[in-house]
Amino acid sequence: MATREVKPNDPGIDPATGEFRVVGLGQTFKSVTEKISSIVLTPHTPLGWLALFGIAGGGATVLLVAVTWLFLKGVGIWAITQPVAWGFAIINFVWWIGIGHAGTLISAILLLFKQTWRNSISRFAEAMTIFAVVCAGMFPLIHVGRPWLGYWLFPLPFTMNVWPQFRSPLLWDVFAVSTYATISVVFWYLGMIPDFGTFRDRAESKAAQYFYGLLSWGWRGSVRHWMRYETASLLLAGLATPLVLSVHTVISFDFAVAVLPGWHTTIFPPYFVAGAIYSGFAMVLTLAIPLRKFYNLEQLVTERHIDNMGKVMLATGFIVAYGYGMEAFMAWYSASHWESFMFWNRAFGPMGWSYWTLILCNLAIPLTTLWSRKLRTNISFMFFISIVVNIGMWFERFVIVVTSLYRDFLPSSWGTYRATKWDYMTFVGTLGLFTTLFLLFVRFLPMIPMNEIRMILPSAKIKPKAAVGAGD
Amino acid sequence: MPSPEGTYGLLAEFDTPSDLVRAAQQARKDGWRRLDCYTPYPVEEAAEAIGFHRNKVPLLTLIGGMMGCAAMFSMETWISTVAYPLNIGGRPTYSWPAFIVPAYEWTILWAGLSAAFGMLALNGLPQLYHPLFNAPNFRNGATTDKFFLCLEALDPKFNLVETKAYLETMAPTSVVEVDY
Repeated sequence: MATREVKPNDPGIDPATGEFRVVGLGQTFKSVTEKISSIVLTPHTPLGWLALFGIAGGGATVLLVAVTWLFLKGVGIWAITQPVAWGFAIINFVWWIGIGHAGTLISAILLLFKQTWRNSISRFAEAMTIFAVVCAGMFPLIHVGRPWLGYWLFPLPFTMNVWPQFRSPLLWDVFAVSTYATISVVFWYLGMIPDFGTFRDRAESKAAQYFYGLLSWGWRGSVRHWMRYETASLLLAGLATPLVLSVHTVISFDFAVAVLPGWHTTIFPPYFVAGAIYSGFAMVLTLAIPLRKFYNLEQLVTERHIDNMGKVMLATGFIVAYGYGMEAFMAWYSASHWESFMFWNRAFGPMGWSYWTLILCNLAIPLTTLWSRKLRTNISFMFFISIVVNIGMWFERFVIVVTSLYRDFLPSSWGTYRATKWDYMTFVGTLGLFTTLFLLFVRFLPMIPMNEIRMILPSAKIKPKAAVGAGD
Repeated sequence: MPSPEGTYGLLAEFDTPSDLVRAAQQARKDGWRRLDCYTPYPVEEAAEAIGFHRNKVPLLTLIGGMMGCAAMFSMETWISTVAYPLNIGGRPTYSWPAFIVPAYEWTILWAGLSAAFGMLALNGLPQLYHPLFNAPNFRNGATTDKFFLCLEALDPKFNLVETKAYLETMAPTSVVEVDY
């Protein structure tokens, strides 16, 4: 309602509700379809895309170099040693997979809650999930030291009769993350099948017709198919919802099950899940804001989306703040000497700067400003906030992993942690890989679900029989 | 099975979903049973109109999920107690609470895969060729902004001339004959 006072004559605002419109005024089935398919079905690749692709591809090459050197030399090229045996690899793993969670939240949980505003952003949020899981999944694999033996993690019938140990959260992780990756890919692909049908029918070139025709599996839009498809989508959403909550819960078990001050706490599962959604929404904003600008999608990804994502970040940000508060409270209330020292060391020890960076980026800046609707609908401000939260959430994992480990029970074994250039190269490399995959997605796949947008257009409303002849 | 030659059916094109739903309701009421609607997005009312109310995807999902759960839990039990028993901190070999997490993940994995592939199998997809793609106007609209009703030749009421006249009474934009 406040919007009406802010910009009374803005065409982007629905006068009935005073809210920003989910889809801009005057969009039709045809205009939506043309807008989205023209991005993909043009033989002309924008120069900006090529330039970005070059930069991102360079980043991905850095990853290739870093991982090749790692395979040749072993994990000793990283900074991990005693006492900090989990370094960048685990930080990055948790950070990336957390980013992925917002995609599933948008595509699954908001679908179950019938939040139709999600339709415009669900597809690229899902794509973000998959590419983030690709980057995340790589880290434990290259961290194991002998990645060519990574298949030992799975219960496969070997000749040597060695089987995995099912009481370890690290093994639960294998199943949680592999299930998450599989279900996310299936959900994403399923969502694109009808849009591939549209591409097949609209493509000019024979090659594109074959390519999208094969990808569409012969989709023809029969309502019987649509009904089964809708049932399957709803069921997948219903399955992905407990899945996404379980994945970050299991990841938090990796820490919480260890008897270590700073890790051994029951607040971890909810706090990890909320943090994941917080950082994931920040990443969706980081991607959505430039995308809607470069591809002129302001009518489909409106201020409403930016505003709503800001609200979700505000809510999850406060859950995260509660988590931080609880950690500090328990450090005192547990009356455990080790717990209180760990907390003191985390905030005021030699690595205290990382803790205060996290407080600044995750709490101080976003949780004071996101209350304001004016700021939530200010696009450049939201882009800035999204970057700040991404940095803050990376530091959260840094704080959890490094500052809990570097000064343990025995002062004689205290150490420090300073990442090597290979650590940085691997991290920057995954940013490059992620961006490369995302750019390919934007160029070749439907980044906004056309069929779901058509559903929420005003012309999709079925008029009752009485209206025959009267209205049309 | 009829030989795949001759006419597949008659395809009426409509501009709005409301027109399609009304036409489909009419056809169903007039006794048509071999009919289908084609829309660029899910139109639930059209499915209701042609008498398609429920489907088997939820059942397949349930079966898949239960099988995934049972498979993983029994595999964990077998590995931990028979195939490779390990003493981990003195815990019993059959420490079932720890087995719940992977079993839970596999329940979701197999339920999800059953939902997705079950849906495709029930829909008869992938099916890259379909007679409807021969209709000149089908691919221009069916996946963009047009709504189609197809009365199929397999229906006993089908007669090329009479059915065409019947469809014309529903005020479609066009009626075309679709060949195999």
